[in-house]
Amino acid sequence: MSVEFTLPELGENIEKGDVVRVLVSAGDLVKKDQPVLELETDKATIEVPSSLEGTVREVKVKPGDKVKVGQAVLLLDNGSGAAAEKPAPPRSAAVVDIAKARPGRESVADARSADVAVEPPAAPERDDTEPAGNGASVAAAPSVRRFARELGVNIARVSGTGPGGRIGQDDVKAHVKARMKAPGSAPGGPPAPVLPDFSKWGAIERRPMTNIRRKTAEHLSAAWQAPHVTQHDRADVTGLEAFRASNGTRVEKAGAKLTITAILIRVAAVAIERFPQFASSPDMADESIIYKQYVHIGVAVDTPAGLLVPVIRDANKKTITAIAVELAALSEKARDRKLSLDEMAGGVFTITNLGGIGGTSFTPIVNQPEVAILGVSRGATEPVWRDGQFVPRQLLPLSLSYDHRVIDGADAARFLRFVAEALEQPMTMVL
Amino acid sequence: MSDTHVAVIGGGPGGYAAAFYAADLGMRVTLVDREANPGGVCLFRGCIPSKALLHVAKVIGEAEHAPAWGITFGKPEIDLDKLRAFKDGVVSRLTGGLGQLARQRKISHIQGEAAFDGNRKLKVTMTGGKTSTVEFTHAVIATGSRPASVPSLSIDSARVLDSTSALDLPDIPGSLLVVGGGYIGLELGSVYAALGSRVTVVEMTSGLLPGADRDLVALLARRLEKTLHKILLDARVTEMREEKKGVKVTIEGKQLADSDRTQVFDRVLVSVGRKPNSAVPGLDTTKVKVGERGFIEVDPARRTGDPNIYAIGDVVGEPMLAHKASHEARVAVEAIAGQKVAFEPQAIPAVVYTDPEVAWCGLTETEATAQGRHVEIAKFPWAALGRAHAIDRPDGLTKLVIDPGTERILGVGIVGAGAGELIAEGVLAVEMAALAADLKLSIHPHPTLSETLMESAEVFFGHATHVYRPRRK
Repeated sequence: MSVEFTLPELGENIEKGDVVRVLVSAGDLVKKDQPVLELETDKATIEVPSSLEGTVREVKVKPGDKVKVGQAVLLLDNGSGAAAEKPAPPRSAAVVDIAKARPGRESVADARSADVAVEPPAAPERDDTEPAGNGASVAAAPSVRRFARELGVNIARVSGTGPGGRIGQDDVKAHVKARMKAPGSAPGGPPAPVLPDFSKWGAIERRPMTNIRRKTAEHLSAAWQAPHVTQHDRADVTGLEAFRASNGTRVEKAGAKLTITAILIRVAAVAIERFPQFASSPDMADESIIYKQYVHIGVAVDTPAGLLVPVIRDANKKTITAIAVELAALSEKARDRKLSLDEMAGGVFTITNLGGIGGTSFTPIVNQPEVAILGVSRGATEPVWRDGQFVPRQLLPLSLSYDHRVIDGADAARFLRFVAEALEQPMTMVL
Repeated sequence: MSDTHVAVIGGGPGGYAAAFYAADLGMRVTLVDREANPGGVCLFRGCIPSKALLHVAKVIGEAEHAPAWGITFGKPEIDLDKLRAFKDGVVSRLTGGLGQLARQRKISHIQGEAAFDGNRKLKVTMTGGKTSTVEFTHAVIATGSRPASVPSLSIDSARVLDSTSALDLPDIPGSLLVVGGGYIGLELGSVYAALGSRVTVVEMTSGLLPGADRDLVALLARRLEKTLHKILLDARVTEMREEKKGVKVTIEGKQLADSDRTQVFDRVLVSVGRKPNSAVPGLDTTKVKVGERGFIEVDPARRTGDPNIYAIGDVVGEPMLAHKASHEARVAVEAIAGQKVAFEPQAIPAVVYTDPEVAWCGLTETEATAQGRHVEIAKFPWAALGRAHAIDRPDGLTKLVIDPGTERILGVGIVGAGAGELIAEGVLAVEMAALAADLKLSIHPHPTLSETLMESAEVFFGHATHVYRPRRK
C-alpha cells in the first residue's frame, strides 16, 4: 500500500513555503518524525518531519518549488496505516533563520501583560522531553493530554484558555506555534543540554520543579536574551541612616519598618520620572519604544517557595511611609503564597535587595519586558578620604543592570548617580 | 507489525486486554496463563464471583427489610450447592466467552507457567508437564497479585480462609472472624453475614476502609454495625490456634472488652491485602527491576528496565484494581506499537461493593488534607433526594472535592446504594477537568440517584434546590 505524505500545518499564518532542500530520495526508508524537507517560509526556515513511515517511492517536490499546506510531498510505500494520524509538529529546533524567527508583535504584547509568575514566551523544550509527572493537576481531557504527548509538548506548560484554565487542543496548538516563534527556540539558541548520568558518580535525587521555579527559569532564560550591562556605584548613606534611626518609630506607628528598600522605591520612582527611558519597553517588531506613563515598581521577595515580585503601584505618588506599609503587607502575602497575579503584574522597574544577606555587588538580570533593575548589596562603614583626612562613612553598594537596546551607558551612569545623590542629599530630588 | 510477536504472561483483566488489543492491532500474540481460559483472579477468584454473591446478599437484605413495606417473606432457605453453582456458572460463562474471543483473534493461548530465558525467550512448562519455547519481540508481564498472609497467623487449618477459599463457599459458618477491615474483608464478610453467619471484623487502624474519607465510611459503618455482629477497631489478632470446635483467636487492643480478647470462631477469613506476583521465574535473566515493595518498576509507558518488556496491573503497583490493569494494558500495547503514550489517569475509581456501596475517584478530602492543599467540599445528603426515599435508602452522601480558585472538580466521593455505578460520571468530570458549573448545568434525569451529583454542585454555589442553607455573609 502506498500513501501520500502531505505538507502538514506548520504554524500560525504559514500556508506555504519554498523548498530549500529535499532531505530524502526515492528508495530511502523514512521513519516517523524524520525530517524530510527543508522549507523556507516568510517567518523562518524549518525542517518538516514526516508523520508517516515507509519507503519513499516518489519525491513530488524539488528545491525551488513552492508548496502549500496539504500539498503532496512524498509518496511512501508500506506507510504503516498512519495516514490519518495528526502531523507531527515542525521541529522548532531546526529553524535556521535567526532574524526572521524573532518574536512578532503579538508575542511582545503577550510578554508585556505577563510577569514573572505568568508564562513568558516559552523556553526551549526538547521534543523528547517526558512530560512531567504531576498529571493530577492538569486541567485537560485525556484526548488533549494524548494529543500534546504526540506533539512532544509537556502539557503542564500549556496555558489553558477554557473555563477554569481548561486546556483544549487549540491551546496545545497555540503553545506549539508560540514555541516556534519564541526567541528561546530560535536558531543558534542553545538547545537544552543533554545531561550526563550523574548517578555514575554518586547518589542523586530527582525532584520535580515547583511551578514558581519552572516559571522563574523560563522567564529568566528569556530575559537573558536582552543585551545587559551592569553599572556599579556606592551611595553615602551616613546621613540617611541617621534619618532612619530618628524617624523609625514614626513609621513603625503606621505599621511597618522604615527600610532602605522602601526608601529606594520612592527614590527610584523620582529617578524614573526624571529618566523616562528606564520605564520603557522596546517593541522591535514595530520599531518603536513604549514609554509607560505610570511608575509601578516591583520588589523581588525571597520566599520559601521561590522568588516572587510583588508590585507597588504609583510609587511616585506615595509617601515612603505608605510604601513601607504596603511593602510589608505584600511581602507577607508573598511568603504566604497569597499574592494574586494582579499584584505581581504591571511593574516598570524592579528593585532587588540582597543587603540583608550580604555581598558587595552582583549583576541582576533585567526582569523583561522591563529594561532596568536595581540591585542592592550590604552597606558597610568604610574610610573615605575627605578634606585631607579619612572619615568613617556608611556606603551602600548599588548595581544597576539595564537593557542596552534602549538605555545608553552614560544614561545608566547618570541614573544611578542620581539615585546615589538622592540618598546622600535628598534635596537633590526636588532641586 | 507482522514481525512483532507479543508474549503476554498472565491472563487477567490486564493480560487478556493486552493480548486482545495487540492482536487487534495486527501483532502476533501468545498468551501464557495457568487457566484454560483467560480471566485471571478477577473472573475466577475475585471481582466477578464476589459480585454474584453480593447480589444474592442484597436480595436477602431487601427481603428482610420488606416487612416495613407491608410485604413479608419467610425466612430464606439457602441451598448452598445451588448458590455455588450459580456463581460458578457466571464465572464459566464469562471465562468461556473470553476463551472464544481469544480464539477468534487467533491468539495462541498456552496453559502453563512461563519462565524468562533472556529478554527474547520464554520457556513454558505446560499443564501436563511438556515444555515449549516462545520467542518474542515484546513481552507484557501481567502476573497480578495474590492474597497477602501474616506469617504469625499462617496456621495449617481448613477453617482459615483467604479471599479465594472464601469465595468457594465451603459452608455457612455459625461464626466468622474477618481479619482486616479493607474492601475485600467487608465485601466477603457482608456476604457471609447475609447468609446467616455471625461476623466479627478486626481492623488494625482506627476505622474501616483505611484511606477512604471518613464521612463516607461513617454511613457504611452505621449499617454494618447492624448487619455484622461486631466491629473491633484499633485491634489486631496476635494468635490463632485450631481447636476441635473451631479456631481460638487472641485479639489485642486497648478498648476491647475481655470477652472480645479470646474467642473461638468456626472460621477465620484473613483479608489483609494483596501482594504482587513479581517473582516470575527467570526474571533475573532480563534487565527487569523489582522495587522494594515487590512491584516491578516501570516507566510511564509501562516499560520495565528491559526496553522490550512491559509490565502492567497489580504487579506494577497500587491501586490493585482490574480496571487500572486493563487501562495500562492499552497503554503498553500502544507503546509497543510505537505510539507516544503514558499511563496518566487523573482519576482511578475505587468502589467498595458493600451495602451501601462506597465509591470515590480523583482527589479525596483525606489526600487534600494530607497534602495541605486547600479545597472546598460540597456535600449533598441523600436524605434530601426523592429517589433515595422511594427506594427507602436515604443513607447516602455525595460529595465533590473542588479547587476553590478554578472551581474545577478534583475528586468525587459517594456512599449509597449503587454508588459504584454513579462514580463513573465523577471520573468523566475529573478527567475532562469539568467545573462545578458544568456538573450543575448538565440536566440529570429525575428521579434518579445521579441527581445527587448535580445537586452537590449546586450546594457548592449555595443554592441546591433540595437543601436550604441560610445565605453566607
